[in-house]
Amino acid sequence: MSFSIYKYASPMTFYGLAGKMIPWFSWGAAILAGLGLYIAFFMAPTDFQQGEAYRVIFIHVPAAWMSMFIYMVMAFWSAVGLAWNTRLSFMMSRALAPTGALFAFLSLWTGAMWGKPMWGAWWVWDARLTSSLVLFFLYVGIIALWSAIDDRRRGDKAGALLILVGAINVPIIYFSVKWWNTLHQGASVSLMQAPSMAAIMLMGMLVMAIAAWFYSIAVAMVRVRGIILERERQTEWVKELLEKN
Amino acid sequence: MLRFLITVIRRDLLLAARRKGDWLTSQFFFVMVVSMFPLGIGPEPEMLRRIAPGVVWVAALLASLLSLSRLFADDHRDGSLEQMLLSPEPPVLLALGKALAHWLIYGVPLLVIAPVLGLQFGLQADVIGVLMLSLLIGTPVLSLLGSVGAALTLGLRGGGVLLTLLILPLYVPALIFGAGAVDATLAGLGPEANLSLLAAFAMLTLMVAPWVTAAALRISIE
Amino acid sequence: MSEISHLAVRELACARGERTLFSGMNFQLRLGQLLLVQGGNGRGKTSLLRLLCGLAQPLEGEVHWRGQEIGGVREEYHREMAYIGHVNGIKDDLTPLENLRLSAALAGRHLDERTAEQSLIRLGLERCLDLPARVLSFGQRRRVTLAGLMTAGAVLWILDEPLTGLDVHGVALMEGLLRDHVTGGGMVVMTTHQPLSLEGVATVPLQVGPVLQPQED
Repeated sequence: MSFSIYKYASPMTFYGLAGKMIPWFSWGAAILAGLGLYIAFFMAPTDFQQGEAYRVIFIHVPAAWMSMFIYMVMAFWSAVGLAWNTRLSFMMSRALAPTGALFAFLSLWTGAMWGKPMWGAWWVWDARLTSSLVLFFLYVGIIALWSAIDDRRRGDKAGALLILVGAINVPIIYFSVKWWNTLHQGASVSLMQAPSMAAIMLMGMLVMAIAAWFYSIAVAMVRVRGIILERERQTEWVKELLEKN
Repeated sequence: MLRFLITVIRRDLLLAARRKGDWLTSQFFFVMVVSMFPLGIGPEPEMLRRIAPGVVWVAALLASLLSLSRLFADDHRDGSLEQMLLSPEPPVLLALGKALAHWLIYGVPLLVIAPVLGLQFGLQADVIGVLMLSLLIGTPVLSLLGSVGAALTLGLRGGGVLLTLLILPLYVPALIFGAGAVDATLAGLGPEANLSLLAAFAMLTLMVAPWVTAAALRISIE
Repeated sequence: MSEISHLAVRELACARGERTLFSGMNFQLRLGQLLLVQGGNGRGKTSLLRLLCGLAQPLEGEVHWRGQEIGGVREEYHREMAYIGHVNGIKDDLTPLENLRLSAALAGRHLDERTAEQSLIRLGLERCLDLPARVLSFGQRRRVTLAGLMTAGAVLWILDEPLTGLDVHGVALMEGLLRDHVTGGGMVVMTTHQPLSLEGVATVPLQVGPVLQPQED
């Protein structure tokens, strides 16, 4: 049974590695988020045009970035998984999807919160918000597909295919929504065009973005550890591990 | 290879001809969905003209999804899908053939019905022409992309609703360019830009979707 | 062992969900042999057959056809192999004749009407030639599938419970078909729960299950 060692080595070692990474990234995320929020609420100046409401961009923009970035990472792992049939890759994309969906939802929610004082409406069909909405739908579709498929191998591969099709489609969707928006002369003020973007604001956004990164990594690691344990529960090392605790 | 493709298409056309009920259901669904909008919104001609392109296009998306859930399901149930995958011919041709047959059976009739619906919504002849053209270029996209979803959800419980969830977001560009072409004509701008974008999207789909469908079929049938 | 066996399986392992159905399976099959796959329900007989015909991918190991991995010679392998699964693979809306000719066309073969008709008549379906398959009984549909198998001209038959639904005459017909095919230099891999008299046919038994059978090496 020499093949089993080769096969199971990578999730097993990764389980330990992920365990070591979690505290670092959790603390990093907490500290950076604290710092970022301090910058956002106490250091960044009040915008003369948008007032205090603009401060929601410190959450909105990093969340929107993160939701897109996580999708790209999932597409990467899906491609790796389909090409080399590496089991850890599929676990990674499964671990990331809920966080990506959360950030997409967060960017929609904060967008609406910003929209109410700025546009006087909770929802405006602005290109960016609409694209976020479609991205959120894509996440929902992927998670729904996974939950509908009982067989793990099939679920992994089918999900990966869907993610890749989505990845090809996402730039086209973004472009088409932007195109649609200019055609219909939608809202002219965008959340990203906060005028007089001061250096300190950019700084705050970057800190928040890194905090979101750290958070995503920490949460994905926790989730991937859970998935590894569940999938490898019949192997010796997991049985030993469970006996120890 | 071409002969295999034609055989697959002919087979599905023959089967559809033997089961006209299924085919008619889908067409009437399209007509009824479109007819519900004036009832829900009101009969002002100006308003109807404005919403007509979007309404017809959204109804076309829904109608295609309705029939797509059975694209592979029937063949899967009676085992003929397995047999076709065991053919010496490449599965990508099977996927392409099934999608093209779906377009011929369910997509092309929409083109024929659309002008009548256009008249209901008070569209001018030239606008109706653009609507038909946009459907002509756009409906193959619906069949091709939809075949990916149909293959992925093959044999799953709640497959039909799931298919809708997976595929509707992917349809967004087709909807925007397709309805946009008609919109632009209504607004006095030319439809060329939208139509060429739609055609580009259709070409890309044609090149990518059959491969993904074939891969998805192999995964789903395992 | 210098003679190249046509169908060879090396270190094959198969899992369903989390359960390993079998692992380390090895066997070889030559022309003129019938492999009778045995084992209780849920032991992986159907899974094995699906691995052999390439519909499923093994967890470990390889299936070789004429010395090459089947993934690499897919077209050639599918031309020489015919598979019958639990479901018959015939369309309810078509007549038996149409079904046969369509299946042949999809497999890249031409089947003229006379040959198709003769094979259906040989299987006792002369009264059903022009009826849609929908109105046929389960056993009659099985016979249509078997007629398709006869006309496929394949070297290797992979049959999953081919006797299901057949009456006594049908079973006798099937026995005849198998005997003709194997003694004529063909190969068969099959499962069955029904008694089958295969006198004069070179039969190789194979036990499928989680435990490695010593008889295989």
